[in-house]
Amino acid sequence: MHGFANPARFLRIARWLTPLCLGIGLVVTALALGWGLFLSPAEKLQGETVRIMYLHVPTAWLGMAGWIGIAGASFAQLVWRHPLAGIAARACAVPGAVFTAVCLATGSIWGRPAWGTWWVWDGRLTSMLVLLFLYLGWIALARASEDAGRGAGQGQGAAPAIFGLLGAINIPIIHYSVLWWNTQHQPPSITAGKSAIAGDFLWPLLLAMLGFTLVFAGVVFARMRAILADQQAEARLRRKAGAPGDFATDFEPAF
Amino acid sequence: MREAVDAWTFVMAAYAVGVGATLGLVAWSWLTMRRAEARRDQSRKR
Repeated sequence: MHGFANPARFLRIARWLTPLCLGIGLVVTALALGWGLFLSPAEKLQGETVRIMYLHVPTAWLGMAGWIGIAGASFAQLVWRHPLAGIAARACAVPGAVFTAVCLATGSIWGRPAWGTWWVWDGRLTSMLVLLFLYLGWIALARASEDAGRGAGQGQGAAPAIFGLLGAINIPIIHYSVLWWNTQHQPPSITAGKSAIAGDFLWPLLLAMLGFTLVFAGVVFARMRAILADQQAEARLRRKAGAPGDFATDFEPAF
Repeated sequence: MREAVDAWTFVMAAYAVGVGATLGLVAWSWLTMRRAEARRDQSRKR
């Protein structure tokens, strides 16, 4: 992992991994959603609205996975000062926020016919909404920290990394909210080693989760490459102007 | 009394939101990456 954190080595791998993850991810996601939409049966109680699950569950997973990525990268940034850690955290933030927003929107659309309401302030929904606000706050803080660091000729500061670690406390709250509080949202249907979902629904759901996860990985790689390219171009301009560069981008990748 | 709702309307709305947002995110990230790498390559040539 420490070797992978070398920006030049990362770029060599990400160059072919980005289109691979995006291409396979989009195809797998399209197959899974087609399966869920046209081939899987309607559920006895939920009826046709059960098909929303094939979108809602993967986006909920990725909303949480995005913050776990931010927290892991923040830890690596603070402890080992990995040159790519802050960049990885920044690349996880926007897709994590988008998938959290999609999770909330699809859950709300499902809730109207199933519960008779678009929204209830129960533990799961509220903690997911808090996660969205954490993402928006983190993105704003990281942008401000990046601007301040750029002015001083340094990389991203420690404030977003500390926020990323502190915000991770919301992840177990989201996960256990349906067990800790008597909420409107149903308890988890898939737990470690067993599932309460019948195979007709489970397989397209697992395929959708795999497809969306690959898309998420491809998006994160693309955003990391974009941030690195911007920093390299800026570092080159700084060198020409005689100003100090960024420690993460003072390298010449072998293309 | 509960109003009658067409479930497929909700299913289609959810898929429009989810698929639209995902494709938008992929396209935005890909184009941002391509533009940034083109800018970097151009700065190298200068």
